[in-house]
Amino acid sequence: METTFPVVANFEVTYHQYLGENGELIRPLPAFATPDVLQFLYKEMVLVRTFDTKAINLQRTGKMGTYPSILGQEAISVAMGNAMQKEDVLIPYYRDQGAQFQRGTAMEDIFRYWGGDERGSNFRHSREDFPICVPIATQYLHATGIAKAFQYRKQPRVAVTAIGDGGTSKGDFYEALNLAGAWNLPVVFVVNNNQWAISVPRSIQTGTQTIAQKAFAGGFPGLQVDGNDVIAVRQVMSDALERARNGHGPTLIEAVSYRLGDHTTADDASRYRSKEELHAAWEKEPILRLRKYLIAQGLWDDQREERLLADCQAQVAQAVEAYEQTPKANIDDIFDYTYETLTEPLKEQKAYAKRFKEKAHHG
Amino acid sequence: MAEITLIEAITQALAYEMRVDENVVVLGEDIGTNGGVFRATLGLLQQFGPERVMDTPLAESMIAGAAIGMASQGLKPVAEFQFVGFIYPALDQLFSHAARMRNRTRGRLTCPMVARAPYGGGIHAPEHHSESPEALFSHIPGFKVVIPSSPARAYGLLLAAIRDPDPVIYLEPSRIYRLVKQEVPDDGHALPLGKCFVSREGHDVTLVSWGASLHETNKAANMLAKENIHAEVIDVATISPLDIDTILASVAKTGRCVVVHEAARNVGVGAEIAAQIMEKGILTLLAPVQRVTGYDITMPYPKMEHLYLPTEERIIDAVYTALEYK
Ligand SMILES: Cc1ncc(C[n+]2csc(CCOP(=O)(O)OP(=O)(O)O)c2C)c(N)n1
Ligand SMILES: [Mg+2]
Repeated sequence: METTFPVVANFEVTYHQYLGENGELIRPLPAFATPDVLQFLYKEMVLVRTFDTKAINLQRTGKMGTYPSILGQEAISVAMGNAMQKEDVLIPYYRDQGAQFQRGTAMEDIFRYWGGDERGSNFRHSREDFPICVPIATQYLHATGIAKAFQYRKQPRVAVTAIGDGGTSKGDFYEALNLAGAWNLPVVFVVNNNQWAISVPRSIQTGTQTIAQKAFAGGFPGLQVDGNDVIAVRQVMSDALERARNGHGPTLIEAVSYRLGDHTTADDASRYRSKEELHAAWEKEPILRLRKYLIAQGLWDDQREERLLADCQAQVAQAVEAYEQTPKANIDDIFDYTYETLTEPLKEQKAYAKRFKEKAHHG
Repeated sequence: MAEITLIEAITQALAYEMRVDENVVVLGEDIGTNGGVFRATLGLLQQFGPERVMDTPLAESMIAGAAIGMASQGLKPVAEFQFVGFIYPALDQLFSHAARMRNRTRGRLTCPMVARAPYGGGIHAPEHHSESPEALFSHIPGFKVVIPSSPARAYGLLLAAIRDPDPVIYLEPSRIYRLVKQEVPDDGHALPLGKCFVSREGHDVTLVSWGASLHETNKAANMLAKENIHAEVIDVATISPLDIDTILASVAKTGRCVVVHEAARNVGVGAEIAAQIMEKGILTLLAPVQRVTGYDITMPYPKMEHLYLPTEERIIDAVYTALEYK
């Protein structure tokens, strides 16, 4: 007679990393990682950080509203957007600036959005990409619907979406994983695990050992990647995209990083997390890590760094100028996009609003 | 006695009730160590510990659903929703369960919970952070819907909400969280739910409002007074159930009424107030009830939100429309 019960399922979570914390190679480089590509990814990360610093600065000087910094998550975001094909669709959350830039979204549009202007979501390029998503986790379900449309039309395209560690607690997250698994959808789910959801640490957000393992509940693979290693993120993204494109279904990528900044410019992280933890996290940050590697390979030096910084500053300055020269929105703009055709009550309300336009108070 | 802000009055009420009633617990996102993103729960974790001040995972449906379970056990959960725009995932729990637990079980189980949330615009916040859905909750039988307009009312109404045997949606006008300070004795004295407050007496026109809009309404009343038009101002305070008697008594005196709210106009609370005045006091009216409201559009982002919010000018314009009606 049997005394034990058989194991009917087994799951494993792998951890993906190429660059060690000091920029040393701990595994042979993947094929995509040529010197040119690595230099390109480095430059793009620096550009994102330059943009980010400027955005915080614009908020501080009253030229923009609340803004969520991407500081520390540049590798995840750049690698994610960079691995995608043009015809794929990005369904971002609010800390995906790097991916959006890779997709061709203009920096000035991101300034506009956080500057409180709806026109910031009317992207000129990547017209099918979704706007920044603020209601946490809702975007994960949009990605499943987009993926279903690709599947239905037999298009070799993939929906790519991202979320924070906190967002994985919401029902929408689980519902999306479940649907994607049940329908074998061409979607890549990225979790930006930056250890914090505003003031709530990862440790009390969920009881699971990893977030990656939540994929198993959906019936597809989940893995962890060092989110500070742009090479590793780029590689697991490519693998997941290929899998999805070839009809093999979804993947969940838990990218482990750290939110080096405040949650947003409206937050003060020193209220709830220690200096020591923050200092330790800075030791692992993604840009420095790749720079160390590139320098060691003779692929980077101070001169190139200086030139790059100047170039990034110039690009961002240009975007700031475009942002500041955005024509003023008018009263029609707040009415005209409610429906395709303005309704009778709205026509009346718009005419009324125009009567008071000049006298409107500035809350 | 020190003067405190509306948000400090909320903290004071929470702390008071937690001291006197060990069944009161608070839960929500970032409410523990961080004291809430607006600091409504500041210091509560230190005073009452993590068993009663619960930093939850990020999920509003979970917060509401868990609160319903707690309430059925005789706890008195006060759940914070970080912004009312993020309470929407919890509507299934709130509408389908919190609001009707008493009815479904013929009173065997009840739901004495409070759902608190900052609401309203004018704080230059990103999209989804400036919603005014009070009509939505008022439409659902089983909820009481409360909106304070001053530190003293915030304190007294929150105590009443926590002590109420039924679920209360307590919406906090974030625009005036720190606008005015008042002395608010920490005496545990609750204000009645289901009662309007006459904030200012007058005999020419009745201005009805609540929450942050009451401040523009009061300013308009001040400006009108200079033109010798004396407005009576009513702070509705409890949106549901509505105290129509106080409004009717005022309209009987003035014959004219202007309702001011920031929420969209279509099927708004202003429509309910106007309908009830018509049903119960039509012969006292000298002019149709006027509404000054937000428009029937998605709340504009910060750059344009000032064009949406009711202003003194719009209120005064409506008052003249009512006064000049023939
Ligand atoms: C449904 C919903 N609830 C609450 C919020 C408020 N909020 C914005 S960001 C955030 C924390 C998100 O943390 P996480 O998912 O880890 O992403 P991170 O910001 O760390 O990148 C919260 C609670 C929201 N935007 N949407
Ligand atoms: Mg996070």
